[in-house]
Amino acid sequence: MFNPYLPYPVRIEEIVTETEDKNLKTFKFAFLKEEDEDKFAYTPGQFAELSVAGKGEIPIGIASSPTEKGFVLFTVNKVGVVTTHLHAMQPGDIMGIRGPLGNWYPWEEMEGKNVVIIGGGFAFTTLRSSIVYMLHPDNRPKFKDIHVIYGARTPGMLLYREELASWEQRDDIHMHITVDATTDPGWKYNVGFVPAITEKKAPPGDEETYAIVCGPPIMIKFTQPVLDNLGYAHDHIIMSLENRMKCGIGMCGRCNVGKEFVCKDGPVFTLAQLNTMPKEY
Amino acid sequence: MKWIKIEKEDFPRGLKALAETYQCLGPVKGEKYHDFKVLDENRPPDFDFLNTPLSPKFLVEPQSEILFEYTLDEKKEDAHILKEAQKDLPPRLVVGIRPCDAAAFLLVKRNFDTEKYKDPYWVRAYEALTLFGLACQTPCAACFCTTAGGGPFDEAGLDALMVDAGDHFLVKILTEKGEAACNTAGWENVVEEKAALDAAALLKETAESKIASTVETDNLKQQSTTALYDAPFWEEVSFSCINCGTCTYVCPTCWCFDIQDECYGCSGVRMRNWDSCMYPLFTLHGSGHNPRGTKLHRVRQRFMHKLKYYVDKYDDGIQCVGCGRCVVSCPVNIDIRRVCNLMNALPDPSTVCPV
Ligand SMILES: Cc1cc2nc3c(=O)[nH]c(=O)nc-3n(C[C@H](O)[C@H](O)[C@H](O)COP(=O)(O)OP(=O)(O)OC[C@H]3O[C@@H](n4cnc5c(N)ncnc54)[C@H](O)[C@@H]3O)c2cc1C
Ligand code: SF4
Ligand code: FES
Repeated sequence: MFNPYLPYPVRIEEIVTETEDKNLKTFKFAFLKEEDEDKFAYTPGQFAELSVAGKGEIPIGIASSPTEKGFVLFTVNKVGVVTTHLHAMQPGDIMGIRGPLGNWYPWEEMEGKNVVIIGGGFAFTTLRSSIVYMLHPDNRPKFKDIHVIYGARTPGMLLYREELASWEQRDDIHMHITVDATTDPGWKYNVGFVPAITEKKAPPGDEETYAIVCGPPIMIKFTQPVLDNLGYAHDHIIMSLENRMKCGIGMCGRCNVGKEFVCKDGPVFTLAQLNTMPKEY
Repeated sequence: MKWIKIEKEDFPRGLKALAETYQCLGPVKGEKYHDFKVLDENRPPDFDFLNTPLSPKFLVEPQSEILFEYTLDEKKEDAHILKEAQKDLPPRLVVGIRPCDAAAFLLVKRNFDTEKYKDPYWVRAYEALTLFGLACQTPCAACFCTTAGGGPFDEAGLDALMVDAGDHFLVKILTEKGEAACNTAGWENVVEEKAALDAAALLKETAESKIASTVETDNLKQQSTTALYDAPFWEEVSFSCINCGTCTYVCPTCWCFDIQDECYGCSGVRMRNWDSCMYPLFTLHGSGHNPRGTKLHRVRQRFMHKLKYYVDKYDDGIQCVGCGRCVVSCPVNIDIRRVCNLMNALPDPSTVCPV
């Protein structure tokens, strides 16, 4: 019987410190067994359990795109037991990945449509996956306009800075990077909170336009009325939830919001769905 | 359907024969109460009990269970790589399980044996069981199985149902597994079906008439989730709860668990342990945020899960078999029957005058 709790063994290939506070690192993993990479076939929006023998497991969004072969990426914020241990690990170390888990952004439904990505802080991981996926030459023709509104406290707190800069150079994606505040005279992009930039830069909502929103609760709270004003229908606003998890497969019982398990029925829900669910996230 | 008769004095002989093939378990009298234990000649089953304070769910989901083993010794080639813990799973025969506890496995199975994922530990342990139920002829005062979807003679989930008929058991064989166990035991004294049915029906009627408490569940499905969630009674219902978790541990249909790593020197295990939605840690995020941060949230979660979310998810009744254990064990007398009736009777908010 297939054991859904058994992680695939992986090796840490590379660790990149992403932010100036050094609290976020991106881990690049390679599967020890080649065939496991095929078994780990994923879709942007999904997550996985990172497993460290002796410490435990943590659910983390997959930051790489399935169009990137030979490795998988995860960006981890240092908060507690497992994440702190992970931050102290080195390239070459062996650990495990279990997944892919959960559902994904509604790629089929969004085909032929405009996609507006709105992200804040370090909740940009599966959004990176989504952008890389959509910009791949095989996929780019499937979408109309792509907008990205992404903000962090300061320039040094933005994730994936080199990639952001390279996307800025392209003409097939509209980038709106912003920071809450900066003293950097060389800062070329926006200054202001994500909701304010959304108000200014996001295209109006219509049947043809989807917004994917990921960020801290405060950002989501103030972005929602902006999207309402812009005319986005609640079934066109897509969000990803985080709840404490263990099993990741709908069995251990802790991550539910109403009758839905965030790990199995989510983490991706439309705002229309969330409106009918208790606010337990 | 085949009925057989087992003389009570023949029971030990049958168990002895069964022990060659099965690990046999049954209710055993301890210092304070009965509990399901492995049987042998010195430890016979004792059927003179109402219900065991702890449900036999641990037979399929042990309180603690090792899932994986690993070494952290860098000199070993497989350091840090998890290996499934090897377990010896003999066929197990449980005699004297109550119908409610057997039915509970079927409710829990929906969680562990799904189309997308199968929990191999749960599924294997469940499949290894053969269940010889013992009809409840003296139900407890807190039992409400007849309105929770079952009954004292309910056959759901059983391989055979034993009915105490004085000096012998009348046994209805329900499955091939049940038949196979009877053959192994040498219990082959077939009785005429009509006579057995009549005798059992009479006992069943008497037993059912003794069940005095009920729950009303007919409205739960159509109630709105958010209206129930925001119902005015949760404050009062949860007021006295001390979040001890007893209700969830004694419950045969509570399955929530935690996963933890434990190491001794270089060797480690990943294990799972029973957990409870009554504890704040159950849902605490690493950031400190807790979506069920108050006891009201947690008490509501227990009842909403059993009496609304489960009902909506599977459309086949409540996640409760009416065994009454949580009612009996709760130190502050929180009573699921009362809460169920409150939930069922919540008026539709759109019809209530706001003043
Ligand atoms: C779908 C999903 C995607 C996520 N993606 C990312 C990501 O891309 N990057 C990132 O840095 N973080 C992400 N998180 C949050 C991350 O899982 C937690 O920060 C992490 O589990 C904390 O683990 P810890 O052992 O360091 O903390 P501790 O507080 O010591 O937690 C102990 C255990 O509790 C559980 N736990 C604690 N907090 C959370 C939480 N917020 N969510 C889920 N389980 C938790 C874990 O099993 C953890 O091992 C995500 C969470 C979810 C549910
Ligand atoms: S047994 Fe009673 S007091 Fe204890 S957690 Fe359950 S409802 Fe609360
Ligand atoms: S993490 Fe176990 S049910 Fe969702």
